[in-house]
This record gives sequence, structure tokens and C-alpha cells, in this order.
Amino acid sequence: MRSLVFIAVMLLAGLCQAVERDYKLKPQQVADNTYVLIGHDEHFSFANGGNIVNTGFIVTEAGVVVIDSGPSRLYGEQLIAAIAQVTDKPVVKLFITHMHPDHFLGNQAFEGLPIAALEKTQDGIRLMGETFNDNLYRLVGSWMKGTRVVAPNLQVEPGLEEIGGHRLQLIAMQGHTGADLAILDQTSGVLFAGDLVFYGRTPTTPHANLDNWQSALQQLQKLDFKVLVPGHGVPVTSEVAISQTSSYLSWLQQYLKKQADSGAAMAELLQPDAPQNLRELAVFKDEYTRSLSHLYPALEAEALADGTVEQQP
Amino acid sequence: MRYRICSLLLLLLATPLGLVAAESPADPLNSVMWHEMHQRLLDGAPVVFDERVQVSAPAVAEDSLNLPLWIDATALGEVKRLLVFAELNPIPKVLDMQPIKAAPRIGLRIKVQQATPVRAAALTADGVWHLGGVLVDAAGGGCTAPSIGSGSSDWADRLGEVTARLWSREHHSRLRASIVHPMDTGLVAGIPAFYLEQLEIRESGGDLISRLSLFEPIAENPVLTLDLPKLKQLTMDGRDNNGNPVAAQISLESQTGGSRQ
Ligand SMILES: [Zn+2]
Repeated sequence: MRSLVFIAVMLLAGLCQAVERDYKLKPQQVADNTYVLIGHDEHFSFANGGNIVNTGFIVTEAGVVVIDSGPSRLYGEQLIAAIAQVTDKPVVKLFITHMHPDHFLGNQAFEGLPIAALEKTQDGIRLMGETFNDNLYRLVGSWMKGTRVVAPNLQVEPGLEEIGGHRLQLIAMQGHTGADLAILDQTSGVLFAGDLVFYGRTPTTPHANLDNWQSALQQLQKLDFKVLVPGHGVPVTSEVAISQTSSYLSWLQQYLKKQADSGAAMAELLQPDAPQNLRELAVFKDEYTRSLSHLYPALEAEALADGTVEQQP
Repeated sequence: MRYRICSLLLLLLATPLGLVAAESPADPLNSVMWHEMHQRLLDGAPVVFDERVQVSAPAVAEDSLNLPLWIDATALGEVKRLLVFAELNPIPKVLDMQPIKAAPRIGLRIKVQQATPVRAAALTADGVWHLGGVLVDAAGGGCTAPSIGSGSSDWADRLGEVTARLWSREHHSRLRASIVHPMDTGLVAGIPAFYLEQLEIRESGGDLISRLSLFEPIAENPVLTLDLPKLKQLTMDGRDNNGNPVAAQISLESQTGGSRQ
């Protein structure tokens, strides 16, 4: 059945190949001179072309600063076109929040400009970029046409950077991945949190360290922001998205640890006992199942290490 | 290598055998390979598709080197053999278990090469195989990727080392054991098949509780989960296809002074 659906989708994708793909990006203003393009609360699919991510931009006096470039070359190009609907000013700089493909595979459209990321993000993209690119081709098909990896060419120095009248606080964190950049525009009060914060959509954990992630969330909570733009989900004006992300991660950690300590096999945990408010997050079942694969082996190894074993000669 | 020749022979034999054996019932998973699997792995013996044989696995393999499975045929009562196979793997057979005194259920992780049906076949005393299964989607490459451990230096010293723990539950003892082994499939150029082949679980120094034959698709450093009769101590003995032994004694924590290695 699954394979039939797959074939049907492939055929459909083939038929549509000639049609011009359009992400229909619509910048939404969240503060003075500040816009966000909000992605779908979904998984990568042929239908959404990988647009499951938020990108954003700030129109400064010196030009436009862009945060994340989206999942494909096409997205990057359409992002630049969407910016041109709002301002005549050119893009002067692109920040990449972290190494995940939906956040940087649009870089090609910004080639030649300063593309800045934390050092470990640059390394991660150099190391994993091609694998991510191949995977996305498999998941979203022809939307990815002509996309290749363009690694960030500039290393972010954490601290304050002023661009065209906007004071940007560049904050190096980790937890969602080994290097997560958060950007607080102190001038507008907008916090671009990257994938350290999800809202209404289940967080992803393929490169996560949950303890570090929780510390990062505590740090974010202390920042003085008016609007928070999560990596996935709608922008908010309160701490609600931070606390939602934190409560999902702590449930996940505690649940899996408890199961590992009581001897559960991994595939016994496919129907987790989760609170209703977390089950209601978009793509909960899929992301929880992925997280089980990412996180359970280490927890289970810790639990097994407490056993009593004598190797026999 | 020996295994591959064997399976080739079986494959050649399968077609003529298929003509004389009982017709395979229609496959609820609609797999093109089902009839061949029925002949090749179950010798064309009588089969029924039976919901009492449960195979739990994620619908999509997040890591094709480590697809977790939970197989449970306890609803059938006594089971003589429990066979697990991933139909579209280049090496389909994963596990052949004689539960004996253990419950006919097991947790393990396997490598998958592509989207495939994953099935469990449970043989009851009347000679009928009861089949359960699910379809699993996968990006692929799980069987033709080298094991991760063979690239690092310390696995050779720890080959066959067992990390395990026993839990006392209401009606049984749960055993979870992890064994250091690369489980190379032999499908990667230049890396011969090298995998754990046989494991036996006994009450300490005594009766056989369960016997397992393992095959190449089991994930590197196998982690097995089994439910055994209530006991405080057991031994796990086995070997890989090169004759390297596995031998460990596993105890409930309360039982010993905690000599742990
Ligand atoms: Zn991410």
C-alpha cells in the first residue's frame, strides 16, 4: 500500500516537473523592518518542497540581513525575490543558525555575499552537507533541482555586531546541534532563536544533547526580547515557545531514561505514554519515533552498565 | 561465504520445490518475494497469517544500520521456533530462535538495505508456521555499509564482551544483553562476513533455557532483549562464525557482591 502511494506520488511529481515550482513565500512583519517567512508544520515532502522552516530578514540602513536560507537553491532564490517585494535595498549578509539542511541549502542564491556561521556549523556543513543534500532530494524531489552545498564563508564571532543601525547580539549556544546561533536584535527586540526553540511542532533531535539544550533554553529565557522567532512554528511575544520546547525535551528525556532503567526494548516504546498537550504537537509520532532512535541507545547502555556480569575465561 | 553458497543453492532449489509444495496463502503485505521466502526459509511448510504474531518496528527506519524490532508470539502459547527475516535484504534471514523455556518474544536491532517487509514466523507443535509482519521504509544502505567499530581500534580487544542486566519482573526475568561484535555482512568489498552465529542461555551450570542462531543482518554490537523464567543467575555462551567465543555469567544485582567487569 505504502509503495503504491509512493509510486503515485512519484508519477505525480514527474507530471509536475514541467510546472514552475513556487514556495509562495510571504514575508510577515513581526517588528519594525523585520520579517519572517513561516514554513509548514510538517515533515519534508514532495508537496511542501522542504519548506518546513522559518527564515527571516531585517531591513537595515546598510542593507538587508537574512537569517537562514531555506532548504533549496529555489527557496533561496524565491526568498531573495520575496525580500525585493519589501525593499529595494540589497542583501548584505546572511547568517546560518545551524548545520541542518532546511536552514542552509538555499545558500547558493547568496553566493558571493558574506555567509556567516559558528565555526562548528561551518565544519558540520562541510562534513555532512552532501549527505543532507542527497537525503533532501530523496524526500522532496525536483524542488531540489540544481541545489548544491555552499558552506558559510565567514566565522561568527559571538558578541555585538552593528549593521545599519541594528545592534545584533550574536549568541553561541549548543544543544539542538553542536553549535546553535541565536540572534537578538537589541534594536527591535526580535530574537531569532533558530532550532533551539520550536513552537507547535515537535522538536527534532538527530544531533541533540538534551542537557545542553535545556541550559541554552534557560539562557534564552533570560534575554530581553519582544518577539521570539522559533526555527519551526509561529513567532510569539512571550516565553511560551521556550517553555513548550523545554517541557517536551524534559518529558522525552525522563520517559526514555525511565524505560531504559526498567529494561524496555527500544521497539516496545513505539506507543509512548505522553501527556496530551505534547501529543498534540505537529508530527509528534514521527519525531518521537526518530528521537527514540537518536537517544535510546546511550540511555540503554547506561542502564546495562549497572548489570552484574562476569566474563568467563 | 559458505552461507552465500548455501543460499544460492537454496535459491536454485526453490523453484522446482515450489511446484510441488502447498500453495502459499495470499500475503497481506503484498510482497513480490513472499512465495520465494516461503519456499526458501520455511521449506514451503503450511503457513497462516496470524495477528497473534506481532512485529513492532518504526514505519520508517531512521537509521538503516539500527532498525529496532520487537517480536512477540506469546499469544500463540507454546512456540517451537521463532524465525525473523527482512524479505528484501540481500541476506534476508535475521534470527532463528528456539524459545525452549523462554517466552517466544525478542527485541533486537537489524540492518536494512531498502524498504522491506519484516516478518516473524512462529512454528507451533502442529507443524504450522504463524506469520506476522510489517512494512518498513528505509533510505537504504544498511547492509552494504561497513560496521562502525571495525574502523576503530579497541573493538578487537573487547570482541565478544557482554554487558547485560537482569530485571526481576512479576512473572519472568527480563534479560537485556549487549555483545561487542562488528557483525559484518560480507557484502562490503574486502570485509568478509564476520558475525555472531550461536548463543545459548542456561541456568547457571545447568538446563538450557533458550537457543538462538543469529545472522549477518543483526546490527553491530547486538542488543538482545529476552523474557526468561524467573531466575537469579544465568550463563550466556556462544561463538561467532570464526569460532571466537562469547561466555558470560549474568546475575541479578541483589544476588552477588557486585563483581563486575
Ligand atoms: Zn535543526
